[in-house]
Amino acid sequence: MKKLINKPEDVVKEELKGIELAHADLVKVYYDPDFIVRADAPVQGKVGLVSGGGSGHEPMHGGFVGKGMLDAACPGAVFTSPTPDQMLEATKAVDGGAGVLHIVKNYTGDVMNFEMAADMARAEGIEVESVIVDDDVAVEDSTWTAGRRGVGLTVLMEKIVGAAAEEGRSLKECADLARKINGQGRSMGMALTSCTVPHVGKPSFDLPEDEMEIGIGIHGEPGRHRIPLEPADKITEMLIEPIVTDLPYKEGDEVVLFVNSMGGTPLIELYIVYAKAVELLAAKGIKVVRHLIGPYITSLEMAGTSITLLKVDEEMLKLWDAPVKTAGMRWGI
Amino acid sequence: MTIQRDDVLNWVREYAQVIEDNHEMLTELDREIGDADHGANMRRGFKAVLEKLPTVEDKDIGTILKTVGMTLLSKVGGAGGPLYSTIFMKAGMTIGAKMEMELSDWAQALEAGIAGVATLGKAQLNDKTMLDALYPALDALKQAIADGVPTGDALKRSAEAAHQGMLATVPLMARKGRASYLGERSIGHQDPGATSTTLLLESVARIWADC
Repeated sequence: MKKLINKPEDVVKEELKGIELAHADLVKVYYDPDFIVRADAPVQGKVGLVSGGGSGHEPMHGGFVGKGMLDAACPGAVFTSPTPDQMLEATKAVDGGAGVLHIVKNYTGDVMNFEMAADMARAEGIEVESVIVDDDVAVEDSTWTAGRRGVGLTVLMEKIVGAAAEEGRSLKECADLARKINGQGRSMGMALTSCTVPHVGKPSFDLPEDEMEIGIGIHGEPGRHRIPLEPADKITEMLIEPIVTDLPYKEGDEVVLFVNSMGGTPLIELYIVYAKAVELLAAKGIKVVRHLIGPYITSLEMAGTSITLLKVDEEMLKLWDAPVKTAGMRWGI
Repeated sequence: MTIQRDDVLNWVREYAQVIEDNHEMLTELDREIGDADHGANMRRGFKAVLEKLPTVEDKDIGTILKTVGMTLLSKVGGAGGPLYSTIFMKAGMTIGAKMEMELSDWAQALEAGIAGVATLGKAQLNDKTMLDALYPALDALKQAIADGVPTGDALKRSAEAAHQGMLATVPLMARKGRASYLGERSIGHQDPGATSTTLLLESVARIWADC
């Protein structure tokens, strides 16, 4: 293992220290239990947005805390769901009297821990709603699995619902909007290389030099199949096709196209994927009206990409364009 | 003979040591079909339990087990955190404020813990989860009690049943948790959760052998 770390067990705490020092104008960082809240929390009368998950996906979620996006993020150990006490404290810290929305990616651990936290928060008199994100089309048989995973769509949801909460919408309106986004968004990813969890010290899976894993999860969980490496255009097709046919996206649809780096893949390659994706979508009469390109939901140093499509309407676009000021995403301010 | 409060404390300490000795093996099992964190998470949790234990060692069995459960809930994370927490919390609530318990009390506590796990995890037998070790262990324990088997032997039978259940997860296809994404590729691997729960019941059998 070759990593820029000190001790594996200190990775998350030391990262939080860096975030605290770098972004004091945007966030406050709390320790034991660990959570990050926007600097002006709680915002009175505004719905609080809380998300969280294992660390190793930076900038998600801590990098999305700030005006126009999340009110709090709970970082777990690397690739491990955070715990209910973190979520409870974060929920209390951002409750401005209008209730709190939990945005939960669909993983067994995340769902269980957030469920327990929501119960505890309700017992303390805080109104809590939870929304599950499960946009990963790579998981085909959701009856016999833990269901589709929450991946790239999480980023778009946090941005759009964050803007809605900032506008002063109610908890129910925010939750309904989040569920609508989950219904209209789909993702699929692939890996060129594996990644190494610091406390494990060796790669999460073995992927030969000339092979790739199509349908990878963000923790290195396997996908649909492992096949010989192909050119970028062909890979882009392999990701776009199952996404488009799943919803399905139709001629005339307007979409946000999100081309994400798994961490190790540089922008130069993401733009190649983006160009092909736009071309493939155009051929189907699907119009890309907004885009997001870069490392936003990563899997440590894994090389690879994921593509997310979100079918948008005028309302969602307005919220997408609304100002956001976080460490990981910033525009309009 | 009855199971004393100190026997319970010794069991928790023993299991913490077992986790310390086996965390790499558990993580390796999890690396094969999950996300390579089970051993590390359990180790972090039981280290915290050992630090917390002195504050409740003069309390009743229920309080001790509930404290273990609360500590695991805040320190383990993942799916293992809530699941292990539930086992200890429900067991503690079932036993209540007793300083000593009968084997039948333990069977009831285990049953409540297992029911909690099944509810939380929405899993069934043969889904390739910790329940595949826990259900047979509970059945064997209840049968042994009904047959009038002495405590030490009854717990040994229970642990052996857990062990068999753990081994039986190898040919199963996972239907819950991260291993389920592997589909058929999860076949041929032993479930990490069934393994750590088997270690739990084996440590019970070892420490309470003479109760």
